Amino acid sequence: MRKSKLWSLALMLILVLSTALAACGQDGEKDGSSKDDESGKTEPAKTLVFGRGGDSTSLDPSRTTEGETFKVTVNLYETLLNFGEQDTTIQPGLAKEWEPSEDGLTYTFTLQEGVKFHDGTDFNAEAVVKNFERWANGDADTFPYYNSMFGGFKGDEGHVIESVTADGDNTVIIKLTRPQAPFLKNIAMSMFAIASPTAFEKDADEFERNPVGTGPFQFVEWKPNETITIEKFDDYWQDGLPKLDKVIFKSIPDNSARLNALMAGDIDLADGINPSDGAAIEDNDKLQLFERPSMNVGYLGLTVTRPPFDKKEVRQAMNYAIDKEAIVETFFEGRADVAVNPMPKSISGYNDEIEGYPYDPEKAKELLAEAGLADGFEMELWAMPVPRPYMPDGSKVAEVIQKNLADVGITAKIVSHEWGTYLDLASKGDADAFMLGWTGDNGDADNFLYVLLDEDNIGSNNYTYYKNDELHDIFIEAQTEIDEDKRIELYKKAQEIIHEDAPWVPLAHSTPLLGGAKDLTGFVPHPTGSDLLSNVDFE
Amino acid sequence: MLSYIGKRLLQLIPVLLGMTFIVFMIIRAIPGNPAQIILGQQATKEAVEALTVKLGLDNPWYIQYFNYLGGILKGDLGESMKTRLPVADEIWPYLAATFELALFAIIIAVIVGINAGIISAWFQNSWFDYTAMILALIGVSMPIFWLGLMGQWMFALELDWLPVTGRDEVRTPVNSITNLYVLDTIMQGRFDQLGVVFKHLILPGLALATIPMAIIARMTRSSMLEVMRSDYIRTARAKGQKMFWVVYKHALKNAIIPVLTIIGLQMGMLLGGAILTETIFAWPGVGRYIYDAIGARDYPVIQSGILIVAFFFVMINLLVDLLYSLIDPRIKYD
Repeated sequence: MRKSKLWSLALMLILVLSTALAACGQDGEKDGSSKDDESGKTEPAKTLVFGRGGDSTSLDPSRTTEGETFKVTVNLYETLLNFGEQDTTIQPGLAKEWEPSEDGLTYTFTLQEGVKFHDGTDFNAEAVVKNFERWANGDADTFPYYNSMFGGFKGDEGHVIESVTADGDNTVIIKLTRPQAPFLKNIAMSMFAIASPTAFEKDADEFERNPVGTGPFQFVEWKPNETITIEKFDDYWQDGLPKLDKVIFKSIPDNSARLNALMAGDIDLADGINPSDGAAIEDNDKLQLFERPSMNVGYLGLTVTRPPFDKKEVRQAMNYAIDKEAIVETFFEGRADVAVNPMPKSISGYNDEIEGYPYDPEKAKELLAEAGLADGFEMELWAMPVPRPYMPDGSKVAEVIQKNLADVGITAKIVSHEWGTYLDLASKGDADAFMLGWTGDNGDADNFLYVLLDEDNIGSNNYTYYKNDELHDIFIEAQTEIDEDKRIELYKKAQEIIHEDAPWVPLAHSTPLLGGAKDLTGFVPHPTGSDLLSNVDFE
Repeated sequence: MLSYIGKRLLQLIPVLLGMTFIVFMIIRAIPGNPAQIILGQQATKEAVEALTVKLGLDNPWYIQYFNYLGGILKGDLGESMKTRLPVADEIWPYLAATFELALFAIIIAVIVGINAGIISAWFQNSWFDYTAMILALIGVSMPIFWLGLMGQWMFALELDWLPVTGRDEVRTPVNSITNLYVLDTIMQGRFDQLGVVFKHLILPGLALATIPMAIIARMTRSSMLEVMRSDYIRTARAKGQKMFWVVYKHALKNAIIPVLTIIGLQMGMLLGGAILTETIFAWPGVGRYIYDAIGARDYPVIQSGILIVAFFFVMINLLVDLLYSLIDPRIKYD
């Protein structure tokens, strides 16, 4: 065969390849990120690049449960009520005042005036009603958080919200079917942000990638797995805010690489700093370290349906056998509190009269002997395969626990699975003892205790299969109890029962770390993990 | 020749079909329900069940498989369960990002690897030969993760020559058209940005090139050594040809065929297997896209993603096979 012929054939093949590529490419551009030519404009003076571990899955907060989404949307949208700057107390948001009725069944919200959505639509009572109607008419896989926080959808028996109506332009009345104690906290969660009805009525799917809210920043561009860019909304209703012109959220999956990028000045703010890197940031005179107030718990769950963990004495023995102080000191670098109860101290209803199980191997051996296991036993110890703020290094912590258990005669075999598999098998009750954790959504005790330890949640978040009827009655009563003092008493009682039954070995409430450039001001990390950036500025 | 290409393309059908089947069965064998993962830890059992039905995951596996195949035949690669976007739309930018990086890496690997191999063979048992081959051995066994982080520390933090992560400077991003940033910046005449894009390519490109470079060098050396011993080389040298031309013209032409095969395979591997590099350098590539999908049990993305990568893998290797006959006229495909 002649060379020229070969060349032409090779060229043809390249042509085929490139046509195939181009075909994919054309499809891609329809839904691709906006392609505005930025090159002509002058670069805004104040741009913050925020490095984080993953990309968002959606920019419609009501449609997802995943934290990376809310980090962005909390700056694009606003909720009727806000959480406090660094806690989960209730503060005014898009509603400047709110008034619950005596029976706790009716809430009247008075809205801020003169607020506009990014697309120019007026924010008013009608807009709020339309948002609630959109959620109430949805289903569990479209609005998963609405389902879990408000007990289902329109027509469902458990649905808490009876009606949402507008009274004039600036008043919204929400009626409930039964009192819901954490109702106002739920309303303040960033998933229930008020979006522009014009935008989501036009095209719900398109809206997910072109978010329109009332927040201090408006959406510019989303390059999947790479960056999300938002810029200052000039008509924002709060004067002088935001202080930044532009924020770019950049995904850098590897923690060490993100730290490198921060030190090199490629990014201005980085979350997910390893506890072991905290000191390096403190020592660096170009950087500063931020501590996010703790609203999480890392624990070792004991599956109570699997012998010998069906015996209370064995579970208590596990609590005595494990040296929690040493774990916190070594693997959290001291940037965590040793956990006593299943929720952190900052949550209203925390029982500080309970004393944690001290590290006492002798006592553990006694309890094991009482349970007829004086010679110990063999078990599987599941180690978390991924780092999480509440468990920075699962496999190393597992090794310490293994050693602690060996000291009292328990032979633990460390087991690890890929994360999806781990959760799936653990939720089916296949693990003897497993490490897991939880970061709270709204700072309410119900969001920790009921969600993680009630029988209603066996198979979902109650991985231990722990079941206690008395506890269940307390939880249900507390959910509708609107007298705050009585409610606190109920949760204190609940923690006593949990402490005695010991379905967990609570390990730590960690303080997640962030690193930022030294000249960054006004950044206040929020315990929920979603940080409002309107006050952030550069010196 | 044309009938050969036709035959090879026909062979592609059972290969890809078999692959979809294997991938389909493997991802369903691993535990984990996509519905549970999509809805998150907060989800109620009822919600998970409802979504399982909606996604068609309650059907028997063969029905799910044939539904998927039916979709592919109609040109529908399915929709990501996580982002609810068609995979065909979503995968393109990732594929382009990886393609650009892999191509850059393979060019480095080929230039350095082939030359190191040639020189090692030419001066067999010299200090250069030993050093190059030891370096190649280290290269093959180098953990990319460590190499990448060390590269960042050295060239970005200590020397401040190169950026740490990403494809462009995020504060002044490249205006992307094809998602191949080198091409995009040239098309827009933004040569300042072309420089920035190249700077971003260097560290991940080198990290990714290390292993193929070492393999190519070793392959070239052994292949060259064999050829150098043949009669025609001795004849060429006896005729008084300069050694340089004997090596680079006469010997290389015969020695390059097995090396070419390796290059094709390596390029194909880089398309799907650059996950580590993509993770450390925050490169929005297709390897990480599929890897994340495995974590999320996003079945359509895993299936179609692997299918597309496999398609390009096979096409690249077909291209390499055709190159053989271009280089060596004795190889004919008629």
